[in-house]
Order: sequence, then C-alpha cells, then structure tokens
Amino acid sequence: MTVMERVVATDQPLLKVEGLTKRYGARIGCADVSFDLFPGEVLGIVGESGSGKSTLLSCLAGQQRPDLGRVAYEGRDVLAMGETERRRLSRTDWAYVHQNPRDGLRMGVSAGGNVGERLMAVGARHYGQIRGKAADWLGRVEIAVDRIDDRPSAFSGGMQQRLQIARNLVTQPRLVFMDEPTGGLDVSVQARLLDLLRGLVRDLGLSVIIVTHDLAVVRLLAHRLMVMKSGYVVEQGLTDQVLDDPQHAYTQLLVSSVLQV
Amino acid sequence: MTDEAYNFAYLDEQTKAMIRRAILKGIAVPGYQVPFASREMPMPYGWGTGGVQVTAACLVPEDRLKVIDQGADDTTNAVSIRKFFARTAGVATTERTVEATMIQTRHRIPEVPMKAGQILVFQVPIPEPLRFLEPREAETRKMHELEEYGLMHVKLYEDIARHGQIATSYAYPVKVEGRYVMDPSPIPKFDNPKLSCSPAIQLFGAGREQRIYALPPWTKVESLDFDDHPFKATKAAHDCDLCAAGDSYLDEVIIDDQGGRMFVCSDTDFCAGRRAKGHKGRLWAPEPEAAE
Repeated sequence: MTVMERVVATDQPLLKVEGLTKRYGARIGCADVSFDLFPGEVLGIVGESGSGKSTLLSCLAGQQRPDLGRVAYEGRDVLAMGETERRRLSRTDWAYVHQNPRDGLRMGVSAGGNVGERLMAVGARHYGQIRGKAADWLGRVEIAVDRIDDRPSAFSGGMQQRLQIARNLVTQPRLVFMDEPTGGLDVSVQARLLDLLRGLVRDLGLSVIIVTHDLAVVRLLAHRLMVMKSGYVVEQGLTDQVLDDPQHAYTQLLVSSVLQV
Repeated sequence: MTDEAYNFAYLDEQTKAMIRRAILKGIAVPGYQVPFASREMPMPYGWGTGGVQVTAACLVPEDRLKVIDQGADDTTNAVSIRKFFARTAGVATTERTVEATMIQTRHRIPEVPMKAGQILVFQVPIPEPLRFLEPREAETRKMHELEEYGLMHVKLYEDIARHGQIATSYAYPVKVEGRYVMDPSPIPKFDNPKLSCSPAIQLFGAGREQRIYALPPWTKVESLDFDDHPFKATKAAHDCDLCAAGDSYLDEVIIDDQGGRMFVCSDTDFCAGRRAKGHKGRLWAPEPEAAE
C-alpha cells in the first residue's frame, strides 16, 4: 500500500482537539479551539500577531499545558500522558519546525550530526548507517552532500531552515508542527522552501499543522484553514473556500490586506 | 601523630555523616550524581576537594592510605594530600597499591588489579557528562531522568566525522548497568575497562560541583561506542623505557632539545615494582652506589 493509499484508507482522525483553552492570567491565549486533523492533511492556522496561533501550537505540541480541553493523538490522551511518553512521542512520531532555525538546530554540531541526532536518540548505533541516512536527507532538502561536516553557522538562512526540516523528518514522523517556517526568508528562497515542503508532505503522507501570517504559504500548502483572532477561531474551512469567499469580517479584512503586485 | 586541634580526618562528624549519606545513596543508585553540601577545604578547587571530602568521610584509623596524582605517588598533589591525612587523621600511608586499603586518585586507576576491600576515590572536576552538549542543568537532569542519551552519541559522531575515529581519549563517557551515563573523571580511556566489574568500591567526588557518585563492587560499566566504531582502550605504542612493561599506560617525557623522548609508566609504583623484580627498560640506568 502506498503512503497515499494508507492515508486515504482511514477515517480516524490522527489528532483530535476539543475545547482547548489557554489563559495567561486574566488574558486569553487561545479559547475553545476544536478541530480534527486527519492523516495526510495539512491544516493552516492564520491570524495577526497576538491572535493566539503560536500559543495554540505550543499547547498542541506539548510545550505548554492548556488550562482546559482535550488533545487526543491516535485516540490517546496527550495531556494525561507521562512526560517520558510525551517526550518519546515528540522524538519519534512528532516533529517541530521552529521559525528561527537557531532554536531548532544545534549550532555547534555539524549538519550530519544535527540530522543524525534524532536517529541516535531512538537508538541508532551504527555510524555508517547514520551518516548514510544523514547524507540522503541532506540531498532531499537540496543541501550539497559535501557540506555534511560543516556547522549550520556556516549555512545561509534558507539552508539552515532546510537543514532543520531534514533533522525533523529523518525519523519519519507522522505529525509535523511548523511555526512560521518561511519567516525571515526572502521571497525566492521562500518559494523554493515551499516547493520542497509541498513535495515532502505529499511523498511522506505527513500531517502538518502550519502556523503563519503569510496567506500565500497556506494557499500553497494547506488543505484546510483556520482563521484566529483574539484567541478565538473565527472561521474555518477549505483553504480555497476561506480565501476566495471569506465570510467573517476579519477574514475579509485579512484577505483584502494582501498586497497585489 | 594526629594534630589534636583537628577532628579525626579534618571534617567534623556531622559533615562526615552527611557525606556518608550521599555516598550510600550513590552506591544504591550506581552512576547517579548525588548532590551534597560540599565544604570549603584547606586547598583550592581543582586540587581534589571533592575526593578529599569523600576520603575523609570513609577513613578509619586502621586504614592505610595511598594517594595518586596522574599515576604518580611523588607529585605535588599526591604528596600534599597524603601529608594532609597523615597529619589530620594519623593514618598509615603507603605508595604500594597492594598494601593500601584506601586509594585517592587523580585521573588514573592503578595497573595492579584492585582487590575486594579496597576503596578507590576519584577526584572529579566536572561530573556531568552532558555538560558541554547541553549547558542547562535542569535539562541535563531531565535527560538523565528520562534516559535521553542520544546527545552523547552525537558527540562521538562528531569525533568520527572530524577525525575519522573516536578522538575522545580521556573522560570517555560510560553507561553504568545499562542505566546512567556517567563521566568516569578524566582518566585515560585506557583505564575504562578497569572500571567494570571491579572488586573494589569506586567513589567519585566533585567538590566545586557538589556531586558524589559511586560504583559498587562488580558493577557493569560499558564505554559508549558505535557498532562499526567499537570502543578501543588506547595507549602509546611503546614499551616502558624504565621497566620494559608493554601493557601499562605510558607518559611521554621530552628529555632533551634534540627531539629525544622517552616513554615511562605513569603508575610509578607499578614501574618501581617491576624494576625491583629485575625488569630493565631501554633507558634504565641504576643510580650509582654512594661512595663509601
């Protein structure tokens, strides 16, 4: 069975979120967020700065504890899991791509070591195989294999971001969280990165939750879209539907604010 | 003769009891770093304040103490610690490994195999093997708790990627009984195999970092490695120039400004013992007899 067939064959959501709420004191981080994410599906979360997108993502990825609500991964309650189990999950089945590659990479360790770290963390103990896999993944994210022993500090911003993606995908996760993966990159580098991501998502059948304020990114990548404002989800639906026929006043504002060149 | 101004072995009894509790906990959880309230000692940090406190807490009047500094009995660190305990505890001292009941060591394990009943105390500068990979103490503790040791192999990976082999030659990380990853103190990796299944008790004290950890007798200790780059205990490819030993750890000594050098056993007691038995190395010349 190919990846896509396996993806299509299921009607069980990979991630089920119900009534997720996180407050910072009296202020709302995000409130009453519910959605299902199916295998192979890419969900975009858009909204202006401070709308609660990043709070939501870090609650989902287990970096922050929500005050209310339920998160179930493959039917297992993530919030009730012990820390050992949750950290194992985040090393194997999950991946997290940070906006700033410096947060997601070890800058003092070579590119090969960065990609190999997750493999070694789950028990790989054969140097030749680890290196082979690292070289393979560098190729997949279009980094020349002769850069394998260079440190990320010698890489450009776009290369660092691609390296971070390789490092996250090497253990073949099923669910990837991305926080503004194209932030801080110039448009031509962005376009290449998006192209690459789109290919990887399709080939590996990844489920992705991608947070961004860039509507072009979600237009290209996301199947479904959630629009957030002041911590609440104001509109959700298929990406094209939401972007072409926005219903909520805020979404209309958001869509009409995009500069046309 | 004990200096009466001091309690036996310098430290007061409450402090020794506190250190013994930490040692017992360390023995019960091999390889786990137990925090303890390290005291100021009358010597600078880096001179073995941790080891001295562990030794003080374990000494009894019947003990015979040996102190090693990089294998040698006659260097500053070894001489001053030996004198310190001779004065404050009045215990017998020795340079012979086989006669000692308690051995404090800086960065070596004696060549003569340890026996049951002996205690080997290591001086440790930095007890946390993950420190240079992960600077946050809270995070390294969590990693020990959850056995997240992938990072340790990243260090070895980097070694091979850069040098073609595992270039770490001292303070080589080990895994204790399949659980805790431990820094064996900066002993050469040549000594790593001696840590495993030793009949002696091995205690590690880090004074500045306030940690004690321990290996009870017969504890299994494995050096970390890769399947295709197995651990190798390395030494200089020479024989000792004084006692001709081919299997002991050697120091390289520059002997002139013409590029001349010699290799000698770092374990002075082992080397002298072999010479007394008549083994002669390439450069061994007995001291001329004093003229009558």
